[in-house]
Amino acid sequence: MVEQGTIIVHSGDMDKIYSALIIGNGALSMGMEVTMYFTFWGLERLKKDGLDKGPLSKMNMGGLGKRMINSRMNQANVASLERLMRDYKELGGKIIACEMTMEIMGVKKEDLRQELIDEYGAVGTYIKEARKSKLNLFI
Amino acid sequence: MVSLTNIEIDVRGETCPVPLVEARKALNKASPGDIVEITGTHPASKKEIPMVVEALGLELVDIQEKEGIWKIKIRK
Repeated sequence: MVEQGTIIVHSGDMDKIYSALIIGNGALSMGMEVTMYFTFWGLERLKKDGLDKGPLSKMNMGGLGKRMINSRMNQANVASLERLMRDYKELGGKIIACEMTMEIMGVKKEDLRQELIDEYGAVGTYIKEARKSKLNLFI
Repeated sequence: MVSLTNIEIDVRGETCPVPLVEARKALNKASPGDIVEITGTHPASKKEIPMVVEALGLELVDIQEKEGIWKIKIRK
């Protein structure tokens, strides 16, 4: 039986999206099956052209801090969020979009990158995955 | 006669998690018996790629390092 993991992506902050995708890719690389559940501010990152639009969770300073971190990341040759997302999907990572967030925030399916999303669901869909998982994170 | 392929991937200069991801992608594409050879420079990945190999139940054939560049060979 393949081990499973789930990650709730609640934050839309750029650094937290990095954490979520790096952990997701690491788990897939090490043979797990992974489901990421995008909700609240995290769902914003599934909007078209939205993946790298999040602020830094700390010291964003109106975007100045984010620009500084981005340039450091470039120097350290850290992969872009787009590349990490592409790899995540290529390795079979699953994405669920939270339907309630879509209602609350008035997000329509057409606003989202539907090619990345495997399922639209609510808490039950998440729990169904989480209860059989060894790794459950809330980011 | 089965012909086995040698798949080489180069992740020199790449950092976490790219070496693990690229190793996994290459292993997914390989056929059983194929050798996948990964060349890289990221120090943590030299320790972690063998963890991937163990987690996937594959065979670690060889690890070498010279002047900060490591090569890891895996048999699928």
